[in-house]
Amino acid sequence: MTDALPKWADILLIPLINLILALFVSGLVVALIGKDPFEALYILVNGSVGSAYGWGYTLFYATNFIFTGLGVAVAFHARLFNIGGEGQAALGGLGAALVLLYLPLPHWTLAIVAASIGAALFGAAWAAIPAYLQAKRGSHIVITTIMFNFIASALMVYLLSRVLIVPGAGGSPETARFAESVHLPNAYDVLPWLGFSRSTPLNVSFFLAIAACVFVWALIWKSRLGYEIRSFGQSEPAALYGGISSVRIIMISMLISGGLIGLMAINSVMGEAERLVIDPVQGAGFVGIAVALMGRSHPVGVFLAALLFGALYQGGGELTFEMNGMTREIILVIQALVILFTGALDNMVRSPIERAFLSLRWRPAQPMPTSPKGGDNDPVPGAKP
Amino acid sequence: MTQSQSQRPGTASQDAPLAIELRGISKAFGTVQANKDISIKVRRGTIHGIIGENGAGKSTLMSILYGFYKADAGEVYIGGKKTEIPDSQAAIDAGIGMVFQHFKLVETFTVLENVILGAEDGRLLKPSLAKARKLLTDLAREYELEVDPDAVVEDLNVGLQQRVEILKALYREADILILDEPTGVLTPAEADHLFRILKGLRDQGKTIILITHKLREIMEITDTVSVMRRGEMTATVKTADTSPEQLAELMVGRKVLLRVDKTPARPGKTVLEVRGLRVVADQGVERLRGIDLDIRAGEVLGIAGVSGNGQSELLEVLGGYRAATGTIRMNGQELDLTGSASAARSRRDQGIGHVPEDRQREGLIMQFRAWENVGFGYHHEPRFGSGMFMDNAALRKDCEGKMARFDVRPPDPNLTAKSFSGGNQQKIVLAREIERDPDLLLIGQPTRGVDIGAIEFIHKQVVALRDKGKAILLVSVELDEIMALSDRIAVMFDGRIMGERLPAETDANELGLMMAGMTGKVA
Repeated sequence: MTDALPKWADILLIPLINLILALFVSGLVVALIGKDPFEALYILVNGSVGSAYGWGYTLFYATNFIFTGLGVAVAFHARLFNIGGEGQAALGGLGAALVLLYLPLPHWTLAIVAASIGAALFGAAWAAIPAYLQAKRGSHIVITTIMFNFIASALMVYLLSRVLIVPGAGGSPETARFAESVHLPNAYDVLPWLGFSRSTPLNVSFFLAIAACVFVWALIWKSRLGYEIRSFGQSEPAALYGGISSVRIIMISMLISGGLIGLMAINSVMGEAERLVIDPVQGAGFVGIAVALMGRSHPVGVFLAALLFGALYQGGGELTFEMNGMTREIILVIQALVILFTGALDNMVRSPIERAFLSLRWRPAQPMPTSPKGGDNDPVPGAKP
Repeated sequence: MTQSQSQRPGTASQDAPLAIELRGISKAFGTVQANKDISIKVRRGTIHGIIGENGAGKSTLMSILYGFYKADAGEVYIGGKKTEIPDSQAAIDAGIGMVFQHFKLVETFTVLENVILGAEDGRLLKPSLAKARKLLTDLAREYELEVDPDAVVEDLNVGLQQRVEILKALYREADILILDEPTGVLTPAEADHLFRILKGLRDQGKTIILITHKLREIMEITDTVSVMRRGEMTATVKTADTSPEQLAELMVGRKVLLRVDKTPARPGKTVLEVRGLRVVADQGVERLRGIDLDIRAGEVLGIAGVSGNGQSELLEVLGGYRAATGTIRMNGQELDLTGSASAARSRRDQGIGHVPEDRQREGLIMQFRAWENVGFGYHHEPRFGSGMFMDNAALRKDCEGKMARFDVRPPDPNLTAKSFSGGNQQKIVLAREIERDPDLLLIGQPTRGVDIGAIEFIHKQVVALRDKGKAILLVSVELDEIMALSDRIAVMFDGRIMGERLPAETDANELGLMMAGMTGKVA
């Protein structure tokens, strides 16, 4: 699989073709409801990246998706499908909010560190229970993480409507506003010369997201732990033979995954809302799955895919405003098509491209030992998904 | 290179009409040419062997004949008539029966039910079952194919299961029977019985195609043999006119040494002591029933046995990742028998290297590059990095050296493990385990799926390691390999050691009896 394609084709070319296919089908859908697909595409692109305002929102959404995408990606490397991003991010929000509400933090620099710890710990803790059940009892992590999303959602409703709610303040289920001192500098404060408007929620946690990308890259490809995670993900029997404990890897990779996803709260809860509201995640946990799939679980890919989905979110929002008849549902259809093509239908594009690359590569006479493969046990080299 | 298609030495069977003729069959997977312009004539009433290394294209060719793959070019003639075989039903209709290496039986069905499966006439089973029962009794009498029609398949041993496969083909009125590596799972006695059955079928006019990589079987039973190499048919010769050496050369393309040169062992102190080792598998089945073994420095202890008699479990226990009861002492130190990843790791620290039986499942991470694989299992050691980080440059450098010393081809550390041939994959594993300088090396099936050329190299490495004074435990289902490499031979059957022999004082017959569960002494 990795041999057949050069890295750039794996990480850039294939997602790009997937994206074009998705946009093409989306165009058909738009045409089907009697709208001009080219106008829609223009609004989508212009609304997301055509102005500093658009960029502000695009990057804000992207920041959320980087955290959730990285979290899902780390679990993917251990061949664990963490669908619990929604719950872990919500709990991350709770962790951050508790820190910001109840610890006296004089400056945002201190606050971001403390809140990050709180968010990551709570996110990781929420992932720890499904991880333990998988590692020790074999309960499938897909099922348990999904169930934990519902539990998290119910827990948040309870806490925000009964415990953390501010008495007598209109009764909406949310916490009090965080102190002025922990307000995160937004893009306008940090980079005024780039023309970001004050009204966009983009803030310094974007840099935290980039740092998280670097962290994941070093973890997966440079550290012993990452080596063990990847070994376990590729072959459990080999990991056992190689002295790599499955319990340890499942626990650690899920804790890291949940922690990264929890960190999303720094952007959405601490950076934007500045209080904990009833649904601080807004689907970003699920989008993280698509982002990790499209980004091939590589931090660079995750970063680019998160940008794309950020643009889709922002551009899609603009589309509902600007174009009559483009309802929220149509936007969802477009986003779903992108997820479908980049995630689920990846192999549809991948196999023909791999074949094309193979035929380009094998022709200049490769030394023999790689080629006597069309053999007894594996007659179709490179055709495995 | 030798384009000697179908030489014609005039024997009786040579005049028989053609059962199968393939003309110019080609098949490519992607750009890998699995079959290149293959032509072959198989005469009725003969046993025709097809021999070749793994990946030579034997199975692909047979899959085309059985309708699993469609050939890119070429024609198939059956009984002189051009025949299209788009699927396996067409192959069955044309009178072809196939016995696969891995049986395709419903384990919970009876023999009778398996035989008629897919060939029931009508909606009611009863008449088909009655018909099949009668036919089975006739066949059993005629060809020594006795199987209890009412036995449930999962209760039968592999030899009997294979007979059911043959009966299935005969029930479908197959005239041409293809057997893919049929003896891999059989004891020597069972293999002999199978050969008698095949000869009986041939004498009744059936045509048999036998795919194998074992030269001995070819010499023993076939009338004609075709050799394949790298997707091409290099020669078709009369078996009586050839020799194992010549066939080996045709398979590999160069001269090969079939014997292993070694001096007598000079065993030193006892390195490994195994006492009363027992393993109970998940379903409560006892896999090891009290194993006692000693291995000394500077000797190769070979474990012979038909696969599935506890050898895999023994290796896994010694390798640390299967739980057992009993005691194992390594250099006097008692080993952890809890069967865990941490025990597997400490085995390495205690000087036990392990070349596992299944290198693709355990020994290598197939998606990892070669350089990532040379540190596998030892990735926690300081030579591959300090602190939390791996030293990828050190791994690469180490890999380059190992590839040169173990003649891994192509010597490119950046290729993923799965893009190497079986022999070269095995060399990577061997290099990793041998160069760690273990006191005891466990080797499971060192040459399974390995081409003959690499077998020679691997055997030399094993002998060299022994000569350095290391203890070696060799597990192999290839009796020839056990006989050639071992200084002592222990035979395993049903989780027990049936006895130990010195290679010079025993022969394949005695070992074969022991492998079938008979204590060799008396026989």
